[in-house]
Amino acid sequence: MAGLKTRKKQRLVVVSVALTSLVGATLLILFALGGDSLSLFLQPSDVKERQVEAGQHFRLGGLVETGSFSRLDDGLTFRFTVTDCLANQPVEFTGLLPDLFREGQGVVTEGELNADGVFVASTVLAKHDENYRPPGTMPKSEGQCSHPDDQAAAAAYSEG
Amino acid sequence: MAGELGHFALILALLFALAGAVAPHIGAVRNDATLMAFADRSVLAQFLMAVTAFAALTYAFVTSDFSVVNVATNSHTLKPMLYKISGVWGNHEGSLLFWVLILTLFGALVSWRGRKLPLRFRSRVLAVQSLLVLGFLMFILFTSNPFLRLDPAPLEGNGLNPLLQDPGLAFHPPMLYLGYVGLSVAFSFAVAALIEGEVTPLWARWVRPWALLAWVFLTGGIALGSWWAYYELGWGGWWFWDPVENASFMPWLAAAALLHSAIVVEKRDALKSWTILLAIVAFSLSLLGTFLVRSGVITSVHAFATDPARGIFILAFLAVVVGGSLVLYAWRAPKLAPSGLFGIVSRESALVVNNIFLSTFAAVVLVGTLYPLFVEAFGAGQITVGPPFFEYAAAVLMSPLIVALGLGPVLAWKRGNISRAMQVAFPALVVAAVAGLVLVWQNAGGVVMTAFGLGLAVWLITSVFLEIAARIKLFRAPAKALTGLGKITRAQWGMSLAHAGVGVILLGITISEAFTSEELVVMAPGDTVDVAGYSFTFEGVAPVAGPNFTAVRGFFTVREGERVITSLTPEDRVYSNPAMNTTEAAIHPLFSGDLYAVVGEATGAGRWSVRLYFKPMISALWLGALMMMIGGILSLSDRRLRVGSPTGKKTAAQAGEGASA
Repeated sequence: MAGLKTRKKQRLVVVSVALTSLVGATLLILFALGGDSLSLFLQPSDVKERQVEAGQHFRLGGLVETGSFSRLDDGLTFRFTVTDCLANQPVEFTGLLPDLFREGQGVVTEGELNADGVFVASTVLAKHDENYRPPGTMPKSEGQCSHPDDQAAAAAYSEG
Repeated sequence: MAGELGHFALILALLFALAGAVAPHIGAVRNDATLMAFADRSVLAQFLMAVTAFAALTYAFVTSDFSVVNVATNSHTLKPMLYKISGVWGNHEGSLLFWVLILTLFGALVSWRGRKLPLRFRSRVLAVQSLLVLGFLMFILFTSNPFLRLDPAPLEGNGLNPLLQDPGLAFHPPMLYLGYVGLSVAFSFAVAALIEGEVTPLWARWVRPWALLAWVFLTGGIALGSWWAYYELGWGGWWFWDPVENASFMPWLAAAALLHSAIVVEKRDALKSWTILLAIVAFSLSLLGTFLVRSGVITSVHAFATDPARGIFILAFLAVVVGGSLVLYAWRAPKLAPSGLFGIVSRESALVVNNIFLSTFAAVVLVGTLYPLFVEAFGAGQITVGPPFFEYAAAVLMSPLIVALGLGPVLAWKRGNISRAMQVAFPALVVAAVAGLVLVWQNAGGVVMTAFGLGLAVWLITSVFLEIAARIKLFRAPAKALTGLGKITRAQWGMSLAHAGVGVILLGITISEAFTSEELVVMAPGDTVDVAGYSFTFEGVAPVAGPNFTAVRGFFTVREGERVITSLTPEDRVYSNPAMNTTEAAIHPLFSGDLYAVVGEATGAGRWSVRLYFKPMISALWLGALMMMIGGILSLSDRRLRVGSPTGKKTAAQAGEGASA
């Protein structure tokens, strides 16, 4: 067994192993980030603008439009519309909705468009804290519509 | 009154920290023992002031003093006492105050336990620690003062987010913070060593208990958080690779690497410069984690209420601490005495492999976490990096680590013998391969990863047992094996237990991911659904009332064949302050796995949507984490770790005993 007689040799081995592992990790990152694990985070108007193809996995963020929520007869499938006030995106989801899901609130969903242009969500993520607004759910176009939390706050203020 | 007292205590602490961060360095340069000894008094004073401030805030919470803004926004008179108290650290300002409390506590502990450290070195360490306290106190006083008053005071508070009103989460932040902040001690030791320009095996012996302690707390904090997610969020998951989770996982990886590389410094006087760097990086990752969580720069499912001014302050602080310490490292590290040599097949090499993989993994997690930031900064739109990326990286980088983990402990220091090591480890490899193959045989197709994961887990657990067997010569001289067992030190037991814990966690992940059964159905009272051989009968729902919530409680009877195993009562709670729904999953752990039920919403005609799971071996996750923690504590309690290092008020007799061991 070739012992590492000199300091130089030892450093060479350690450095080359470390480099290999770093290069490997970098390749891994490039490879993996090119694949499915990287999902775009879009709002409904981005979806229109980019003309996202059916079957492409992405995250959709926005507000749940008031009055758009309905439940299908099986009791487990829900339909609602996600809006950023510039465009609307119909969404379908089968499962249990998270506790914080509410009309007029911010929501982040993950899934893909089907052939009819409906976003079929595999997951619906709700916010963790009622004071927190996920950055991706805020309408980009200020003035188009205001966040419902602001409306509620404004209403409460004017009442008080 | 208490609020003003707390505020005043914080300002005093700031002054003490300022003095404590400067004076000892002047003392060290002038060789003035009085100035150097001031460091001890300063950290003690900082600690007392932090305790006063924290007690004042706690008092305000317990007495529901709504004239304090922080209490009014985060508490409520009807909240149970446990959550009034946990509410103190359940919010931004309070959690920072808690952070400072722990930072000063660790400073005081170093001063107390470190009486036998050379005065010069100890004062340097404490001065660095004081500098960190100073930074955090400035952050609190300038951007997030918990003692701000509200006039007029409201009659009732807003209440704490109901999701956070849970015993698991009451203790999750303190544990995590003890871990984060514990790494500050390793950081201070590293910076002090760089200033003094000397790293000795003795230095590693001083640092290692602190790194180990921090790692134990981080392990506990992460495990509690993941356990909370598992039973409180009601989706059956326990890890999401969310930025906030990654923020705690990166320091954990770095701490794990640090406590292993410190062993090499201690035993063989090698890897010195690298260990210093790791200590700096580990604490930097803790700070980065705080920045990510507190600034809201990253789209996370569970970020917290945020404020850009705070983000900028933490970022600046991060730049000063990380930048400053790295510059110091670049300047001083080349001047350290060169490291010792070791053979390519040796315990040292195995530990180097451990370090390379752990730190590479930490780097990959870091890139995956920050990548969306870079993409957005370059105007390429918002993206998220999903779990597949991290899972892939974990599989590729952790598998070789786990193979090495089985081999490392049986290799000798300096120059090991791979064939002798293989003699010990070979049976483990065979057992692992057989376990993997059996699984492939039974469920052909799509289970290669499961078989692989299972094989690795079995390999690791078996090789831990074989290593103990080899140590006590179980196979060569079975008669003397019991005496050998008694000779194993606690540190060795600790290592074996922690390594086996990794195997147990891997076992839990592999089995539960592969064989979970899930049913999402609508049930009417009297309906029965089969999940993995257990029949869940829905008995109906009933309303219940709690102290600050009302709930709908579902009743399920679970049978295996004709035998009733248990009844499950999941709840859907509606809290009044703030108005919010939470899901309380009902979980019944069996030896083979968890029965898990969640009740959703009424869908009309007395029918309810429900989600039922059987999650095999999921308890192994928490069991494994517990084993790692106990392993760490066992190792901490080993007397050998303390030889030559501070022993506090221990008697000379014990020190003599320690030296002879």
